[in-house]
Amino acid sequence: MKKTVLLLVVLTLLPGAVLGARQTAQPPATQEEFVPVGALPQPEQLPAAPLVIGAYAFVWVALMVYVWSLWRRMAKLERELADLQRRVQKQ
Amino acid sequence: MSRVFVPLVFVALVLFASAPLVVANAPFEQTMGLVQKIFYYHVPSAMLMFVSAFVCGIASALYLFRRSAVADRVAVAAGELVVLFGLIVLVTGPLWARKAWGVWWEWDARLTSSLLLWMIFVAYLLVRRFGGPGSEKLAGAMALFGMANVPFVYVSVNYWRTLHPKTSVVMTLTPGMRGAFWFCVAAFVALYVLLLTVRKRLEDRRATVEQLYLATEE
Repeated sequence: MKKTVLLLVVLTLLPGAVLGARQTAQPPATQEEFVPVGALPQPEQLPAAPLVIGAYAFVWVALMVYVWSLWRRMAKLERELADLQRRVQKQ
Repeated sequence: MSRVFVPLVFVALVLFASAPLVVANAPFEQTMGLVQKIFYYHVPSAMLMFVSAFVCGIASALYLFRRSAVADRVAVAAGELVVLFGLIVLVTGPLWARKAWGVWWEWDARLTSSLLLWMIFVAYLLVRRFGGPGSEKLAGAMALFGMANVPFVYVSVNYWRTLHPKTSVVMTLTPGMRGAFWFCVAAFVALYVLLLTVRKRLEDRRATVEQLYLATEE
């Protein structure tokens, strides 16, 4: 009898617990517009500054690496071109 | 180098270097706070990823149907820039999402389709690099397929249930945010034109070297 009552209590409470957990885990609704404010509303638990700095730093690093790659490839081709032009002139 | 190139370098560098200052002066967003400022680099990068995919696709079509060697060189240059700007989008997006959504990544329509678009153009570059003689045509077909994907990526947020903000956020920006956003777009566009010009010139040089190799062998 006690086991039956205990089982009934668990079965009654379980859907509520699952639903509550799902509600808290639900992602925020899709945003359709951005609303500006004058200052940050409240202290943030997950600091945003490292993420923002990381994003901007990545953009700069990616662009610098690409520009360096272009410069390196261009320098190699210019050397090959100069070498070939010398060979063509000798012929 | 043409007379336009040096002023273009100057404009692109000035705009890009001053973009962080402009962004710092933009207002905070009510829901997301500081992390929303990633938007000012994330969205222009996404716009240029799409533009570059179109440039690559159109140039590839010109190469495939009109045998234009110049168009093929533009296609290669634009293909690389799709991968570059796509990488920026795919890194800055999760950094923003971690704070805004609580997760680094979600397999929703916009994120998944953006990743697929980026992978198509990575495959394009791999085919161009390792495909051997004649791979330009296969790569050109891949670029056309990639270009056809762009409209689907863009409208995915409007037609499928997704966490990603809808396209309407750009049109509904307030003046403070709008100015900073379009300034960043201008900076990125100037940078894109500069990079495309330099990359295409690299391909021109490569073509000249190949012609000289053939001349020396004859």
